[in-house]
Amino acid sequence: MTRILTITAALFFAFAAQAETMKLAVTTSFANSGLADLLLPAIQEDTGLEVQLLIVGTGQALRLGEAGDVDAILVHSRKAEDAFVEAGYGTHRREIMYNDFVLIGPQNDPATAGVAENAPMAFRSIATALAPFVSRGDDSGTHKKELALWAAADLDPESFGDWYKPVGSGMGAALNTAAGLEAYILSDRASWLNFANKAGLDIVFAGDPILFNQYAYIPVNPERHAHVKADATRALEDWLTGPRAQGLIDGYTIAGEKLFTFNAQSAGAE
Amino acid sequence: MVTALLPVRVKQAVVRRRGKTLLGPVDLELGPRGFTIVLGPNGAGKTTLLKTIHGLSRLSSGHVKWSLPAAEARQRQGYVFQSPIMLRRSVRANLAYPLRLAGARQKDIAEAVEHWAGAIGLSGALDRPAPQLSGGEKQKLALARALIRSPDILFLDEPCANLDGRSMREIETLLQKAHDAGTRIVMSTHDLAQAQRLATDILFLFNGTVHESGPAEQCLRSPRTAELAAFLRGDILE
Amino acid sequence: MDDIWAGLAAAFRLIVTLDADLVEITLRSLQVSLSALAIACLIALPLGTWLAIRRFRYRRWAIAVLNALMGLPPVVVGLIVYLLLSRSGPFGVLGLLFTPTAMIIAQVIIITPLIASVTHQAMRDLWAEYHDLLISLNATPGQRILTLILDGRRALLTAALAGFGRAIGEVGAIMIVGGNIDHATRVLTTAIALETGRGDFALALGLGFVLILLALTVNLVTHALSRTEQEGRW
Repeated sequence: MTRILTITAALFFAFAAQAETMKLAVTTSFANSGLADLLLPAIQEDTGLEVQLLIVGTGQALRLGEAGDVDAILVHSRKAEDAFVEAGYGTHRREIMYNDFVLIGPQNDPATAGVAENAPMAFRSIATALAPFVSRGDDSGTHKKELALWAAADLDPESFGDWYKPVGSGMGAALNTAAGLEAYILSDRASWLNFANKAGLDIVFAGDPILFNQYAYIPVNPERHAHVKADATRALEDWLTGPRAQGLIDGYTIAGEKLFTFNAQSAGAE
Repeated sequence: MVTALLPVRVKQAVVRRRGKTLLGPVDLELGPRGFTIVLGPNGAGKTTLLKTIHGLSRLSSGHVKWSLPAAEARQRQGYVFQSPIMLRRSVRANLAYPLRLAGARQKDIAEAVEHWAGAIGLSGALDRPAPQLSGGEKQKLALARALIRSPDILFLDEPCANLDGRSMREIETLLQKAHDAGTRIVMSTHDLAQAQRLATDILFLFNGTVHESGPAEQCLRSPRTAELAAFLRGDILE
Repeated sequence: MDDIWAGLAAAFRLIVTLDADLVEITLRSLQVSLSALAIACLIALPLGTWLAIRRFRYRRWAIAVLNALMGLPPVVVGLIVYLLLSRSGPFGVLGLLFTPTAMIIAQVIIITPLIASVTHQAMRDLWAEYHDLLISLNATPGQRILTLILDGRRALLTAALAGFGRAIGEVGAIMIVGGNIDHATRVLTTAIALETGRGDFALALGLGFVLILLALTVNLVTHALSRTEQEGRW
């Protein structure tokens, strides 16, 4: 018993020493894309910085930033980001890249959403057909995008019947649910391509510019939280907007499909 | 002996539980010598009396006064329960336990354990788990464990109630030896033959009070009260 | 059924190749849960024993609170610890959030009531058995607790194992306070949640089998140790 105690005590204290680290809250969709696995080693190589990712929904990412529990956030929900910076929680917002959302549904497309002219029309045809639809329902960037699309189609999810299923979970879990129910769901392209349990689902609608999904990087304001590693967040921002990041982001593909488009303005442009 | 523990004086002792009087009022004094047998029908308060003097039962009123402060007095008493309480340890560890509590030296403990294991015929069973012993072996072990700190007074609550004849005789021999060596003994029993063999004095309890007491010879031959006489005849008293 | 076979195959592959990530995650799971177990035992074993032998006025209340805490959902514990350790919370200056230490704290809170409650029940029975003897032999309160802990060590081992089982299989709280950061706070359960989220059921299930194997090994080793120890003693 004493030996077990000694060992655990030794392990316990072994946590202490570590390289320079910073914490970055990112959205599930970004983490699920697999791009991080490519970027993080490159960041460490170039800057010596070990970036620790906290994979959460946009809502929680913003909360973590407000509380000062992370050093920076990388999210995709324009309105919330602006409010975050305006309230003084972040120093500024820097656009990095974008990908796009896709409408996933059963391969035979029972609601014939695939032939719609634009994304709101596709949503409208699902509502008309009362086809099952899984909503993230977790206040994430994807969820906010979905709500914006319903609004654009002049529909109110509050008034929907049983076919509309808010699951209140992350992208992967929601996709699992949709696969089980043979339901429609809005997903970012990266999460979808990396998702292993596709079952009978496929992309039924994509390509409308309204579906573009802008990622932005916001460092947490050190004036509010003195412990924030401002140097590290600056170094990371410089790297994310630099040429190596551009090459890696634009060159990243899954199953031959390009996922992200780098669109950061070079330094001094803002 | 440094200071005397005895006599112990019991004054107006009453034990009440949930509104029922289990014992008392009892007045008595136990001197430094003797083998007192406590007799009485079931429910007369024999166990309660022993536990009260020893300090295991809380008094509702009255007091028990030793010639030494309470904490020190407890160190110099022993108690053997009707159904022996065995620590879930070896025979050796059970015997050693009271001495360990008292902070005795390792060497003294080992010697005492050897001696008492021999006295109760368990020398060959020192490493057996005590809870696996037979009923008789357990009670002998409990007795040895109570005697190992050489108490000035030893209480026994029907120690032979569930034992075969041979175990009973072995226990009686051990008790006689302890008595001869100067240990004051107070023991309850329902076995009149045993009382006859061992007692120097009798305490007859009836309805929670001391109904009659005196030298064994006199109490057992010519009881003064009708109740003790009836009890000795074997009549059931309620 | 195919998923389960695929999971078994994935588990087999991970273990046979001693996958570096798997080894790291498994070791961290053990570090966190064993540390939590050691700390929880230091608190819960004496506490449970003390509750069993000590009569005081609010004892019933204390036991009721203990039993209620035992049913506390880990997610709630996680949320509370998160709020306490957050930079904006009362212990924010310590900078413990999203570290293994935070995970240990959460697990200690989750398993201490469980271990204390099981301890209390076992010790209560043993105390009923020993009470008269220990009082008669004039054992001090400290000696009483020590005797009960020594003689009840098998029951205490069971209590500790129950605590370990709950700790190693727990996900809700450590996900919140640890953050499931790769190479920092990722453990078996949070990795399983992550792989499930990615729809990679085979890998998730594989990790699950590793978890079961780990719990089983710890149980068997502990029982084997306690048996040899018993034989040595008797």
